[in-house]
Amino acid sequence: MLDVIIIGGGVIGCSVARSLARYDLKIALLEKAADICEGQSKANTAIVHGGYDAKPHTLKAKYNVLGNQMFGTLCTELDVPLKWNTSLVVCFSEDDIPKLEALKKQGEINEVPKLRIIGREELHKREPSLSPNACAALLVETGGIVCPYELTVANAENAAENGVLFYRNAEVTKIEKGDSCWVVKSKAGAFETKAVVNCAGLYSDAINAMVSEDAFKILPRRGEYYILDKKYADVFHASVFQLPTKLGKGILVSPTVDGTVLIGPTAEDILDKSDIRTTPQGLAKALKFGSLTWENIPLRDVITTFSGIRAHSDRDDFILGEAPDAPLFFNASGIESPGLTSSPAIARDLADLVAERLDAKENPNFNPIRKAIPKFREMDDLERAKAIAANPDYAKIVCRCETVTEAEIREAIRRPVGAQTIDGIKRRTRAGMGRCQAGFCTPRTIQILCEELNLSPLEITKFGEDSKLLHSYLFGKGEQRHA
Amino acid sequence: MRKVDLLIIGGGPAGLAAAVSAYEQGCRDILILEREDTLGGILRQCIHNGFGLHTFQQELTGPEYAQKYIDRVIDYQIPYQCNTMVIEITKEKQVTAVNRSNGLQHFQAKAIILAMGCRERPRGALAIPGWRCSGIYTAGTAQKFVNLEGIMPGARVVILGSGDIGLIMARRMTFMGAKVLACVELLPFSSGLKRNIVQCLDDYDIPLLLNHTVVDIAGRERLEGVTVAQVDPETKRPIAGTEQYYACDTLLLSVGLIPENELSRMAGIDLCADTGGPSVDENLQTSVSGVFSCGNVLHVHDLVDFVSEEAAKAGAKAWRYITDTLDKNLKSMPIISGFGVSGAVPQKIHVGNADQPVTLMFRPKNVYKNAKVCVTAGEKEIYRHSSRILTPGEMVSLKLTPEALRQISDAENLTVKVEAS
Amino acid sequence: MLKEITCIGCPIGCRISAVLENGEIQSISGYSCNVGKKYAQEELTAPKRMVTALMTVRGSRHPLPVKTSQPIDKSKIFDCLNEIAGHTVSLPVHIGDVVLPGVCGSNVNIVATKELL
Repeated sequence: MLDVIIIGGGVIGCSVARSLARYDLKIALLEKAADICEGQSKANTAIVHGGYDAKPHTLKAKYNVLGNQMFGTLCTELDVPLKWNTSLVVCFSEDDIPKLEALKKQGEINEVPKLRIIGREELHKREPSLSPNACAALLVETGGIVCPYELTVANAENAAENGVLFYRNAEVTKIEKGDSCWVVKSKAGAFETKAVVNCAGLYSDAINAMVSEDAFKILPRRGEYYILDKKYADVFHASVFQLPTKLGKGILVSPTVDGTVLIGPTAEDILDKSDIRTTPQGLAKALKFGSLTWENIPLRDVITTFSGIRAHSDRDDFILGEAPDAPLFFNASGIESPGLTSSPAIARDLADLVAERLDAKENPNFNPIRKAIPKFREMDDLERAKAIAANPDYAKIVCRCETVTEAEIREAIRRPVGAQTIDGIKRRTRAGMGRCQAGFCTPRTIQILCEELNLSPLEITKFGEDSKLLHSYLFGKGEQRHA
Repeated sequence: MRKVDLLIIGGGPAGLAAAVSAYEQGCRDILILEREDTLGGILRQCIHNGFGLHTFQQELTGPEYAQKYIDRVIDYQIPYQCNTMVIEITKEKQVTAVNRSNGLQHFQAKAIILAMGCRERPRGALAIPGWRCSGIYTAGTAQKFVNLEGIMPGARVVILGSGDIGLIMARRMTFMGAKVLACVELLPFSSGLKRNIVQCLDDYDIPLLLNHTVVDIAGRERLEGVTVAQVDPETKRPIAGTEQYYACDTLLLSVGLIPENELSRMAGIDLCADTGGPSVDENLQTSVSGVFSCGNVLHVHDLVDFVSEEAAKAGAKAWRYITDTLDKNLKSMPIISGFGVSGAVPQKIHVGNADQPVTLMFRPKNVYKNAKVCVTAGEKEIYRHSSRILTPGEMVSLKLTPEALRQISDAENLTVKVEAS
Repeated sequence: MLKEITCIGCPIGCRISAVLENGEIQSISGYSCNVGKKYAQEELTAPKRMVTALMTVRGSRHPLPVKTSQPIDKSKIFDCLNEIAGHTVSLPVHIGDVVLPGVCGSNVNIVATKELL
């Protein structure tokens, strides 16, 4: 019998798993995809928001500001890159300055510290590449950027090291009331558990409906993005937003912690929750509005485009806490932006609540520290020489665009909740995320996956299920295993 | 810090030919650094024939052509390190590289030849809408899987772009039992060689759809199909109502090659926006003294024979630089790409350094029939050649003779242009 | 019978058409130089191609690239490929080694184009 099952391996599920691991509980996390971080946690704006944007007195406002304050410690403990680069909300007409003022006031009600309106001169001094049409901005000192997948993976690894069990390819199909427990039926088997935490993102409404009459609906909202080459790492310093609209915070242009530039997202209500296609209209729109901030976006240096789907709830706020009619079933639902920023605070409060209801003791052995895979590209010469001496695989660079070594790729596979797919390796190491988009490194990465997992190249997938990369051996001959 | 006279970065066709030439000129302290596990570069996977007609008057396959140079490197005992990645080059010609057996290595070179080649433009750069499924490869990656790994990436194939690698892969996939449904080209003409269109597409009844592009990608997990539409030749925008769906499990991209100059940028070398490669003079020397560049890292070539010729020159000139016999302090003038000309190489020329002919290469911007290629120095025309056809698919290579070059001393620049009839 | 081909002599790619009877050219037009005329005559009466292919290597997952020692009849390409596909070679091989003599009953050999030791 388990104490807690967490459904969903996104940033919320993995953060809850880590927070719950502080208690002496038997915990498992079930993820329907082949890897953790396959939903909206892998495809979002990667911003640690200040908290000016959320409507006052909502859960979004509360957890945004709380989460923001926790991010520094969190990223230190988990060894995740975080940069306090500030955010700017710019306007392009003097007439809109009152809207910035209103935004500032809203932020102050939310208790966002150090908000300031800056004029044209300071704005362009800070951001020389900004369109000359930008005339004023709200400066958010507490805005930052983080890598959302590294954060999710780090939470998962740390949770696993502290005893949480992870099951992937484990879609939950049914939850039944058992003998003073819940029975969670999944594609990875049935589990008995005292408590369930629903962190199923876009599908959290369906999971909730399995046990509760207190229904809500998740309305998928798609956003499309562009990523530009690292060449432009220094073009913008802050994350530059435009004045928010009803559908969201508008199109931003932002540096990422990895040195690329992100432009997006659009906001489009769609019907199919899994429809992560990019569209000609969406991409054109991202570009059109992005160009207001950054004129003449260098399209020849686009690395890739993608879309992410936000789990917008019909209650228009986060849905957190125990379901009123299902004891020991907890929801963390409707988590859209600022969900990433809120994740540490949501996870802490939810874990505390679950622990209290289960009367759990603290876990005396909990270790909050997780070390990242040492990155060759970030080492100095001395560290490189040392790393190579300890592990010669550090001398073999597999992904040349992002300078990722074989040692890093092998470690990403061997770690707890390790990579088993090409995309899993990509998110854990950045191999294949650079300007050639995996053209050069895919054959070698496949080979390493085969060696580590004792698979044939024909079994390797991009992201599980039927996303196989290769078709057959020449002449249909001899399937030889690599290892 | 290890000292070496000539460091060559890349052991593909350019690096090998540069090494052989430098050796033959007298250089005895050479080191080739190659990132793959064997020498030969991209030729190792180009198992089709058609290489070497200019250089060896023989029609060779890629591996055979490469081996001719590898044999000479071995005969001359020119040192090389494979599985070795250069991670940094400085203006002072210090180079950092890593490999398993030597770990982190630092070199101080007297001269460097950049011969890193190019990479393929990926799907992401085209921003093709649709799903992000598996089954989408650049033609070169697919070529590596088939020809080196012995694995087929798919069974029903559409090819986007009609560059030579795409055409070659259309035939190879057909040979290996796949069905190639179409080759789709955005432009009104193919950028591939006529011979490849006939022998790789026409021979196997694979349609070449000019003025078409892929507008949507279907398949949540593995690719299931692509939607192809006709484009307006002027705007390149898809024309509504012309969409055709092709059910396929593989999309190969042959949509352009990009010289791989991240290391060059790191060394502060001036790059040319037109070619994507370093700006060089008639000696193939970059803006950083003693650093030379040749092959596809300088500009994308059609024929390996031209790469070898260019690289041999870089090798010889690097040796002259090392021995301090390269003419210095000469007045330089820029070479301007005029009408119909894209990416002329070299980008500048030294006046008074006219003991040898200078090869000037460029790509026509469009298809021109019965056109003339002219080079002018100010008002003076120093070169003129008529051509029945110029196409972007075939690079133009012309030689400016010493006699012609002696006439240019008082001009501001040289302009190379097409005079269309 | 009217047949049309594209000349590969140069990038112009002339469309050459010819009337054939019993495999013999009765009339030919569309070429703009002698290279084209000669190419068309060969291509229309006895088209030939060099074939490059891959062969299975015993005990290795990497295939061996091979080619025909001289052009073969275009109509025989797939027979030739099938015969190569059914064949396995043992190491070592050197460039130029005959790995399959007399392919499709012809006097054309299949030779290795890469050294595999």
